[in-house]
Amino acid sequence: MTARFRPGEAVTVRRAPSIGHLRTPHYVKGRTGVVERICGDFANPEELAYARDGLPRRALYRVRFNQRHIWPDYGGPEGDTIDVEIFEHWLEPAREVEG
Amino acid sequence: MSDSHGGHDHAPPPGHDGPLTYYQLKEIAVRELLIEKSVFTADDVRREVEKMDQRTPAKGAAVVARAWTDPAYKERLLENGTAACEEMGLDMGQTYYLVAVENTESVHNAIVCTLCSCYPRTLIGLPPDWYKSRAYRTRIVREPRAVLAEFGLELPESTVIRVHDSTADMRYMVLPRRPDGTGDMSEEELAALVTRDCMIGVAVPTAETVAS
Repeated sequence: MTARFRPGEAVTVRRAPSIGHLRTPHYVKGRTGVVERICGDFANPEELAYARDGLPRRALYRVRFNQRHIWPDYGGPEGDTIDVEIFEHWLEPAREVEG
Repeated sequence: MSDSHGGHDHAPPPGHDGPLTYYQLKEIAVRELLIEKSVFTADDVRREVEKMDQRTPAKGAAVVARAWTDPAYKERLLENGTAACEEMGLDMGQTYYLVAVENTESVHNAIVCTLCSCYPRTLIGLPPDWYKSRAYRTRIVREPRAVLAEFGLELPESTVIRVHDSTADMRYMVLPRRPDGTGDMSEEELAALVTRDCMIGVAVPTAETVAS
């Protein structure tokens, strides 16, 4: 599978409801970050959880978020970040440009 | 106080002192069925549990010490953690990919799994109880500086903190900075400075660290 996003590209996590088993943590939904790296293609955990084969494999990314964009009341300095692994079907091109 | 056992028919299995949860009961039921059907024996189960419990952070420490003494190895480790560990003869299995994240003068890394308790067990053994606690998992992503301070690690504002949430197929290991004053140490002596917590990122090694 060809990865749709490139390292350095800004992406926004879809605000879809959490149904079933998924590996997209709620705290990054709707947040915008930057692709840190492409991890490769992996079986879809949302299917594997129900004993299906999880195919086709989905591209998995590490997305780096600025802490202040995740937690508006974040107390640390501007540069602090959190990296989260997110599957491609949870990402869309950045809706907003965040500095 | 009554000394009645309240109608319990079975002695609790070894390792289960408190009341059993739904999933503990389910595990026991499935395990007993599989043993009854001769899929495996009780001793097989015990042996696997023992093997898991015996994992230590020693392998991870050896990888760190090698990276400290061999710049080309360090580069390979940061580029492809799994391949670099296999290069040292470690069996990483097929199940996960290791990402090594490097602490530098200006960057400090810490790892967590907010969704459960993903952890590089092959390299650093079983996770400590606090790593699996709700308090650590929720707070390290939200107020990492306060949590690290509670572990005794106060970092200046000039140090960037990068938290890594192990949500899917990657597992993380922090590559700490080599402590000052260790120039004469052998790779083996260096490995003894690297503790589990240093590789989770809630501590940093010092020349005097005593590995457990």
